[in-house]
Amino acid sequence: MQSIEQTLAATRMFRNLTQEQLAALARLGEEVEYADGSRLMIEGEPADWFFVIREGFVALQTDAPSGAITIETLHNGDSVGWSWLFEPYLTHFDARSRGVTQAIRFDAATLRVRCAEDHELGYELMRSFASVIVERLQATRLQLLDVYGRATVS
Amino acid sequence: MTPRAHRVVSRRGETTDTWTLALEPLPGEELPLFAPGQFGMLYAFGVGEIPISVSGASTALDPLRCTVRSVGSVSAALCATAPGDVVGLRGPFGSRWPLAEATAGDVVIVAGGLGLAPLRPAIHHVLAHRNEYGRVIVCYGGRSADELLFMSELEVWRGRFDLDIDVIVDIAGPDWHGKVGVVTKLVELAAFDPDRTFALLCGPEVMLRFGALTLRKRGVPVDRCYISMERNMHCAIAQCGHCQFGPKFICREGPVQRYDEVEPWLKIGEL
Repeated sequence: MQSIEQTLAATRMFRNLTQEQLAALARLGEEVEYADGSRLMIEGEPADWFFVIREGFVALQTDAPSGAITIETLHNGDSVGWSWLFEPYLTHFDARSRGVTQAIRFDAATLRVRCAEDHELGYELMRSFASVIVERLQATRLQLLDVYGRATVS
Repeated sequence: MTPRAHRVVSRRGETTDTWTLALEPLPGEELPLFAPGQFGMLYAFGVGEIPISVSGASTALDPLRCTVRSVGSVSAALCATAPGDVVGLRGPFGSRWPLAEATAGDVVIVAGGLGLAPLRPAIHHVLAHRNEYGRVIVCYGGRSADELLFMSELEVWRGRFDLDIDVIVDIAGPDWHGKVGVVTKLVELAAFDPDRTFALLCGPEVMLRFGALTLRKRGVPVDRCYISMERNMHCAIAQCGHCQFGPKFICREGPVQRYDEVEPWLKIGEL
């Protein structure tokens, strides 16, 4: 199995980090495994962690009277959670494992302190997460367009 | 130009408003041979004629299949036909998927919604000539689980070891346990060699543009991305001008076109 640093280096989102920055980030990560249905994050709870999926599949969900609604699913190499970056550091959605998910879990509170101390690391991480946020915003816009809705032709 | 009479052999509901009709020519008429990607003009007698994607190869072993969504008077009349009814058919018309050019490399098929229908014959062709291609990947996106086409066939394809198929939906209910998001996500996740990949895309035009953009980001040269376009085809022989798209007639130069050859006009609103 790849080391945490190797796994991070292989992800698209961390491709701009230097070797030293990857190593610093890797030191704050730990390997975790979640069983089918278990929650990596809980809506409204403190955003103490973020994750990078190594192998598996995570559903971002919110509860509705009809049951849990899945907004998006995340897969190998994807990050889970960005609420740790912004006050009030509260998680917005549930993140639930679909099947067994192997991930790297990061101690967000410690990483925030490291980013405040090391602005270069903080800047690169912010760039990495901003690119993920932009990609997901674009995907959400496409979903909102409802492009598969009915056309009105003959 | 004259429609040939075909009998509806069977009618299968794909979704609440989409049906696949199996057709066979009346005795004495020849079975038209549609290449994957080509379209036909289907005529509901007394109602009208519309362009229809051919979703099943017209071979001696497999009847001609057309998948129709009921969105207007003609398509509603076609969807309401029963086995034994007779409809008119003109064709084949238009261009085909570049399946000969794609041999020896990977094939990435990106379908959105009803766009799986014109890609189905291409998938059948690739699977029938499986040794001629590298990795074969099908990325299929739909609005929701109950609006996916060819569900039983998707399950069969998913069981094959020589085909990577993945499905994603925009909107998921509690009973959907698959992926949720847009189809471009599947293209990002797929494993293929961009330097030797041909990509075939069909779906709503917005999806085609974003699909091509994602393929480009993955390194697939834009001149190896092909899309199938829909326009309001009437005559199907490049005479009436209804389907004109920039300098092209979709019924003649299309529906399958190389992406870089139509990209400039895709950016012009309402064209």
